Amino acid sequence: MAAREPRLGAVAAPEPDGTVGTAGQAMAPAAPGPLRRILASFLENRVAVAGAGIVVAVTLFCFVGPLIYRTNQVTVHLNLENLPPSGKYPLGTDGSGYNVLGRLMLGGQSSLELGFAVSIATSVIGTLYGAIAGLVGGLIDAIMMRVVDTFLAIPGLVLLLILVNIFTPNLFMIIVLLSLLSWLGVARLVRGEVLTLRTREYVQAVKVMGGSKWRIVTRHLVPNAIGVIIVNATFTVADAILTLSALSFLGLGLPPPEADWGGMLTNGLNYLFDGFWWLVYPPAIILIITVVAFNLIGDAIRDSLDVRLQRL
Amino acid sequence: MTAYLVRRVGQAIVVVIGVMILTFIMIHMEPGSVARAVLGIHATPGRIAIFNSTYGLNEPLYSQFVTYVQQVFHGNLGTSYQLQQPVTSLIAQRLPKDAILLGISTVLALLLAIPMGMYQATRRNTLGDHAFTSVSFTLYSMPDFFFALLLIALFSVQLRILPPTVPAAASVGGLLADPKALVLPVATLALVTVASFSRYMRSSAIDVLSQDFIRTARAKGMPERKILLRHVLRNSLLPVVTLLGLSLPGIVAGAVIAEEVFNFPGMGLLFYQAATSHDFPILLGSTLVVGVATVIGNLLADIGYAVLDPRVRYGRP
Repeated sequence: MAAREPRLGAVAAPEPDGTVGTAGQAMAPAAPGPLRRILASFLENRVAVAGAGIVVAVTLFCFVGPLIYRTNQVTVHLNLENLPPSGKYPLGTDGSGYNVLGRLMLGGQSSLELGFAVSIATSVIGTLYGAIAGLVGGLIDAIMMRVVDTFLAIPGLVLLLILVNIFTPNLFMIIVLLSLLSWLGVARLVRGEVLTLRTREYVQAVKVMGGSKWRIVTRHLVPNAIGVIIVNATFTVADAILTLSALSFLGLGLPPPEADWGGMLTNGLNYLFDGFWWLVYPPAIILIITVVAFNLIGDAIRDSLDVRLQRL
Repeated sequence: MTAYLVRRVGQAIVVVIGVMILTFIMIHMEPGSVARAVLGIHATPGRIAIFNSTYGLNEPLYSQFVTYVQQVFHGNLGTSYQLQQPVTSLIAQRLPKDAILLGISTVLALLLAIPMGMYQATRRNTLGDHAFTSVSFTLYSMPDFFFALLLIALFSVQLRILPPTVPAAASVGGLLADPKALVLPVATLALVTVASFSRYMRSSAIDVLSQDFIRTARAKGMPERKILLRHVLRNSLLPVVTLLGLSLPGIVAGAVIAEEVFNFPGMGLLFYQAATSHDFPILLGSTLVVGVATVIGNLLADIGYAVLDPRVRYGRP
């Protein structure tokens, strides 16, 4: 979520001049590849595996669940409103008579689709932007980075509140807007990585041997910066889901009959003092568990990238 | 140092100009016309024409921008469409209240997060570390509004010891005279930021603990307490300076939500109400204020860092 800028424990460079790099890249052995190295240490980390397990389980619940457990999520049935959990409705019904269990699946689809889509889009845009700025350098780099600084100076939620007013919100539009606001961090990180990596001997060696710039980027810089990019991508999923819920709370989220966990939670909170707990806690718990899982994965990958941590 | 300072201030000025251009462009992306949005669908063409000429909306974009910049430098941020008051005075009324809310909660967050992070770093992978980690992950992953409402449900509805909202007309003096109303908004903002600050502090302290000078200090027999206070704490606080500058936009965004929940009469609530009523002068003005505050915050943090840590000053790309 663009709302809370500094990542959990992220070690940011004091100045975006690339003076601080992750020590993990210092070793950069030729084999095994960086991706495999990350995967290997990822599997050793029980917390990360648990996080990944939760993500897989929740994804299956949301996307495969509706195929098995069919519910009506379109027609409003006011005679069925706010029924407590029973055999027929395991988690009761909400104010429009929708089955809450089924709605959790539907809402999860929007939340997860948004999270994954924003994460992929920002990784691609941010990586390209950061790599170009870092490689080209000079005036163009300075201009590109001031653009990033400008967007970073204004809270993402503030920009979103203005933009959601201008464009009618639907899932696709919110994905586009959130992606446009979330790639800045990746761009900075990748640029910093590129700035430190491009002075390394092996990159210089490729240059001396006549390797093209494109080859340096695709074969050497991106693979070595991939750890940072993946860590950021997992955190972005979590943040995007939280931002969507904040937008829903402010009444600027997905319009009904579409649903997302944040919207369900917001609806439920209206009944917080009526004792309709099944409208509050199920969406809250699944939302928090999913976001925690993504944060755990990101945190674990970052730890596994940091050689200094392993030395302790 | 001077070269670094000049470069950094130059960058900050460019970014402030960028923020002005960005907000200006965004406001003018509104489909249809501002007049229609503000006056409603029953407005007569005459009324629309008067509205447009009153606010200079019939001029070409570039000249509107020039006027806007000139006015900003004269301290004029325009007049609110809905409230019919100068934006500058609206912001001036509310900014001090935000300074209180954000200031207290940030200081509180730091006071909690620094010892917490140090504790976790020195006892890495123990039960205590894991417990704090779980707490901060859960807090961090919880939507702020949900957390705020849970606090209200517990302290205002169940225990009835704290009021759920801040009196809407409260002035700065009124806020300080009735500190009970401040407790819940401050707690909401502080606990959410504690989560990220303490994680940051933890990894920063772990980083410092693995440095060679710590081993040297231990090797020469320095007491562990002294090592922690004199070497680890001071060095791991350095990145937190940067974090403070960087986290300003995040804290402001959190404030929008918290102010909406607790009806706190600050900039966040003003902004949210303006966003839902197409009141562009307010949106423009408050975005500009937040943007400039962030740029200055980052600038101060970077300069502070450079003063404290000479390695940064000479780090050329």
